[in-house]
Amino acid sequence: MSAMNTQGRPTKPEASASSDTAPATFTGNRALHLEEKLIFEKDSAGRSGIDMPEPPKVVDRLGGLSRGEAVGLPGLSEPQVVRHYTRLSQKNYAIDAGLFPLGSCTMKHNPRLNERMARLPGFADLHPMQPESTIQGALQLMQQLSHWIMTLTGMPAVALSPGAGAHGELTGMAAIRAALEARGEAGKRRKVLVPDSAHGTNPATAAALGFEVAGIEEDSTGRVNLKAFEASLGDDVAAIMLTNPNTCGVFEYDIRRIADALHEAGGYFYCDGANFNAIVGRVRPGDLGIDAMHLNLHKTFSTPHGGGGPGSGPVVYSEALAPFAPVPRIQQNADGTLSLVEQAEGDAAQAFGRVKGFHGQMGMFVRALTYMLSHGADGLRQVAEDAVLNANYLKARLKSEFSLPYGDTGPCMHEVLFDDTFLKGTGVSTLDFSKAMIDEGFHPMTMYFPLVVHGAMLIEPTETETKNALDEFADSLLALAKAAKAGDSERFTQAPRFAPRRRLDETQAARKPVLRWQAG
Amino acid sequence: MRYLPLTPQDREAMLATIGAASIDDLFCDVPEAARLDGPVDLPSHAGEMAVERQMSRLALQNHAAGEGPCFLGAGAYRHHVPASVDYLIQRGEFLTAYTPYQPEIAQGTLQVLFEFQTQVAMLTGMEVANASMYDGATSCAEAVMMAARVTKRNKAVLSGNLHPHYRDTTETLCRMTDFPVSETAPHVAGADIDALIAAVDGSVGCVVVQYPDVFGHIADLTPLADACHAAGALMVVVCTEMVSLGALKPPGAMDADIVAGEGQSIGNALNFGGPYLGLFATRQKLVRQMPGRVCGETVDADGQRGYVLTLSTREQHIRREKATSNICTNSGLCALAFSIHMSLLGEAGLNRLAAWNHATAVQTAERLAGVPGVELLNPAFFNEFAVQLSKPAAGVVDALAEQGILAGVPASRLYPDQTDLANVLLVAATETVEPEDIESLALALTKELAA
Repeated sequence: MSAMNTQGRPTKPEASASSDTAPATFTGNRALHLEEKLIFEKDSAGRSGIDMPEPPKVVDRLGGLSRGEAVGLPGLSEPQVVRHYTRLSQKNYAIDAGLFPLGSCTMKHNPRLNERMARLPGFADLHPMQPESTIQGALQLMQQLSHWIMTLTGMPAVALSPGAGAHGELTGMAAIRAALEARGEAGKRRKVLVPDSAHGTNPATAAALGFEVAGIEEDSTGRVNLKAFEASLGDDVAAIMLTNPNTCGVFEYDIRRIADALHEAGGYFYCDGANFNAIVGRVRPGDLGIDAMHLNLHKTFSTPHGGGGPGSGPVVYSEALAPFAPVPRIQQNADGTLSLVEQAEGDAAQAFGRVKGFHGQMGMFVRALTYMLSHGADGLRQVAEDAVLNANYLKARLKSEFSLPYGDTGPCMHEVLFDDTFLKGTGVSTLDFSKAMIDEGFHPMTMYFPLVVHGAMLIEPTETETKNALDEFADSLLALAKAAKAGDSERFTQAPRFAPRRRLDETQAARKPVLRWQAG
Repeated sequence: MRYLPLTPQDREAMLATIGAASIDDLFCDVPEAARLDGPVDLPSHAGEMAVERQMSRLALQNHAAGEGPCFLGAGAYRHHVPASVDYLIQRGEFLTAYTPYQPEIAQGTLQVLFEFQTQVAMLTGMEVANASMYDGATSCAEAVMMAARVTKRNKAVLSGNLHPHYRDTTETLCRMTDFPVSETAPHVAGADIDALIAAVDGSVGCVVVQYPDVFGHIADLTPLADACHAAGALMVVVCTEMVSLGALKPPGAMDADIVAGEGQSIGNALNFGGPYLGLFATRQKLVRQMPGRVCGETVDADGQRGYVLTLSTREQHIRREKATSNICTNSGLCALAFSIHMSLLGEAGLNRLAAWNHATAVQTAERLAGVPGVELLNPAFFNEFAVQLSKPAAGVVDALAEQGILAGVPASRLYPDQTDLANVLLVAATETVEPEDIESLALALTKELAA
C-alpha cells in the first residue's frame, strides 16, 4: 500500500508508466512543455500590441517612394505576445536554471545588478552623438573601465570598441599589421602561427586580414611544441596567435620563452584572452611578453551571453602597438574634461582605422565595470582561484571513469579536457554522451573541441557553482560513464528523450535550407 | 563575496580531494616571475548599494536624451521601447543562455531567430536574412566582402552619403586585405545616384548606397541596381533607420542584392552607441556566401518541427581560415528585442509608427524652414533631414545643449575635413518628439542664429 495524501489518494501510482510508453496527449503538450506555433501562424487579425494616437495630418514628403505592399506582419495584442515569448523562453536551458559547463565559453552567474545599472537613463538613454558636455559621465565610465582593464592585464593601452571576442582578435591583429606596415615589413611578414588547438576564430581572423596561416602542433602535454614553434620562426613570421590558458585547459608554461624567441625573430605576440577568467588577479599578461590580447567581457566579466550575443571584446596593447590602436579613443583635456577622438589625426595619426560604428558596446561596459567594482581586486583574484579549484575538483572526481588525453600530468586551469577513449567499444559517442546529459538535467560540456583531441569533452564549471552542485554533476557523469561501459547504450543513443525536442536532423536543415517562414 | 558560493571549508575539502596542499599548487605552471603575490592595485570588493551609488553618480553626470528635446539621429534613433520588450528580454532563459549549439534545449532562442530572420526579410523585401551581426557598420563591411566573393571582383564603390562610420569601418577592413575602395563625394543637396551610376564599370564588385542616406535623402534605387547588374556588380543597400521601411518602398523592391542594416531603432535603447544589431539580408541563391549565423527549420527524431543553426560549413569553427568571415557572435539579445517589438507592432502598428515619425519630421522641417538663417536641404525624407544654417553647426549645437536641447548632429562631426559642410545640421524627429519640443528648438535656433 503506497502513501496517501491528505485527500486519501495515493501519492504515487502503483505501476508508473515511463514517459516513453505513456499515451500521447491530445494537444501535443506535456504539462509545462507547451508547444508554440510560429508567431506568423497565430490568430492575428489586424491587432497591435501598441496603442498610438492618430499621427498628425501632413502632406507626405516621401518623394513618391511610399511602400505599396504590406510587410506581412501578424497583428497581436500584448498578452498574446508576452505569452508567445514566455513559452519560447521555457524551451531554453540557461545558467539561471542550472550548471552550464561549456568549456571555453565561461557560463558563470550574471548578476542582476549589472542589468539594473545598464538601464539607468544616464547610460541607456544616451545618444552616441551627443555633445561632449552632456556625456562626461559616460566618458569617465569608459576611462575607469580602461583603467581596471589595463591594471588587471598590466598593459599600457586598450581599445574598447570591438563588438565581440573575434572582433577583438581582428582589432588586435590589425594593429600588428599596421605596425608591420610602419616597419616596411608587411609584404615580407605574411605568416601567422596558430596552434592546431586554437579557436576557429584565430585562423579565420588571420585570413580575414590577408595573412597566411601556419599551424603548430601540440606536445605530449597539450601545449605548444616548442621545437616545432622555434623551427617555424623566420623573417616571414608576422605573429603568433596563442590562447593562454589554452583550449586544452592548461597554462603554457613556456610562454616567456615563446615571447622572447618570437620577439627576437621580429614577430608580435597575439594572445587570445578568452580564458583570462582563469588567471585574472593572479597573473598579468603584460608580464608574459604579450603585444596584444582581447578580453571577452561576456566571459571573464559576466556580461550576459543572451543566447549568442551581444559580446564585447576590448583589446589591450603593448607600448609597441599602442600607437596603432583604432579610433575612437578617449583623451583628457587640460581643463580635466574628457573628449572622444574620432578621427585618425593628432596623437591618433597612426591609428589603423575604425572597426565599428560609434564607440563600442557601452551597455556591456556598464555591466562589466559594475561586476569589477562588486568583486574588487580581492574578489577577482578569488574568481580565478575558485574557477581553477572547481575545474580541478571535477577532474579529481571524474578521472577514475573518464580519460585524460594527455595523462594526469599536472593541474588544469579553469577547465578540464577529457577525450572519448573511455567510451571505446561501448557504441556510445561523445555526442551521445552529451545528449544523455541533457536528460539528466545538465547542459552538455563543449564537445569535439579542441579539434586536436578525439571526441573531446571540455568541462568548465566556473566559480559560481557550489561544491554540492559540482558533486551532483560529478555523480551523474560517473553514473553515465558506468552505464555506457555496462552496455546500456540505448540510454545514450536515444537521448535526449525528455527535452522539448529529440535529436534534430541537421543534415536536412543544411541540404535544403529553410531560413524563413513563408505565407501559404 | 555574494557571487562566490565556496566556503573556506569547501575549499579545504576540495583541495584535499585534489591532493593539492594549497591553491598556489594549482597555479604552478605559471612562470614564477609572473605570479602576483596579492591583489593588484585596485579597490576591494563592494556591496550592491555601494556599487549602485558609484554607478549612479556617473550616470547623473550625463544629460539623458529624454531629459529634454532630442533631435539626434545619424545612425541611432530614440524611439519608445514598450515595457514588455525589456521585461521579456530579461527572462533568465533568454538572457543567460548560450549560443544554441544544443538545439534540443535551445528551441526558444532558435525559434526566435527563425522568426527574426523572417521579419528582417519581410521588412527589407529580401528573400533571406541571417541571425544578426555586431552592428550596421560591420554588416556593411561584411556585405562588401561578400560581394567580392560572389563577383570575384575586389573593388567597391561607396556612396559619399554613406554614414562615415560605416565607410571607415568598411575601408579599414578592405585596406587590410589590399582591396581598393573608392567613394563618391558627399552630396548634401540630394541622393547622388547619378554619380554612383557613373562610377560602375566591369571591375566593380559592388556599389554601397544608403537609404535613407546620412543626410536623410531618399531616392529610387532601381536605376542604380540596373546599372550594377548590367556591369555584373551587386547593389548593397545600407539602412540605418529600419522604422523607415514601414513607410518606404523596401530595398528588395528596388532589386537590391544585399541589405546591410542597423536594427537598433526597433526594440533597442540608444545605449550610447552599443550594443546594437547588424541586419543582413540577401537573395536565396547567395545564401552560401552570406556571413554570420543562420537558423533553419528541420525535424527531430520523432518528426516534429524544430530549428537548428545551419550552413555552419561557412563558419569559422568548421572552416577556420577558409571561413566566409571570422565572425562568431551574433547580437542575440538585441535581435530578440527587435523581434519582440516587431511582434507587438504588427502590420498596423508598424505602419502607424512610421507614419507618425514621418509626420513629426515634416512638422519639424516646416517649422525650422521658417526660422531665419535655416534652409531645408531635402526634397524628400523620412524622419531625418539636413538643414543649412547661417553659422557653423557645431557651435550652435553646443550652445543649444547648454539650454538642454539636443538640436541634432553637426555634419562636421562626421565629415571634419569637409569645410563646405560646416554649417550643415542633421535633424531627426521620431515619435518621441512632442510639438513643444519642436517649438523649443525653433525658438532657440531663432535666437542663436540671430546672435
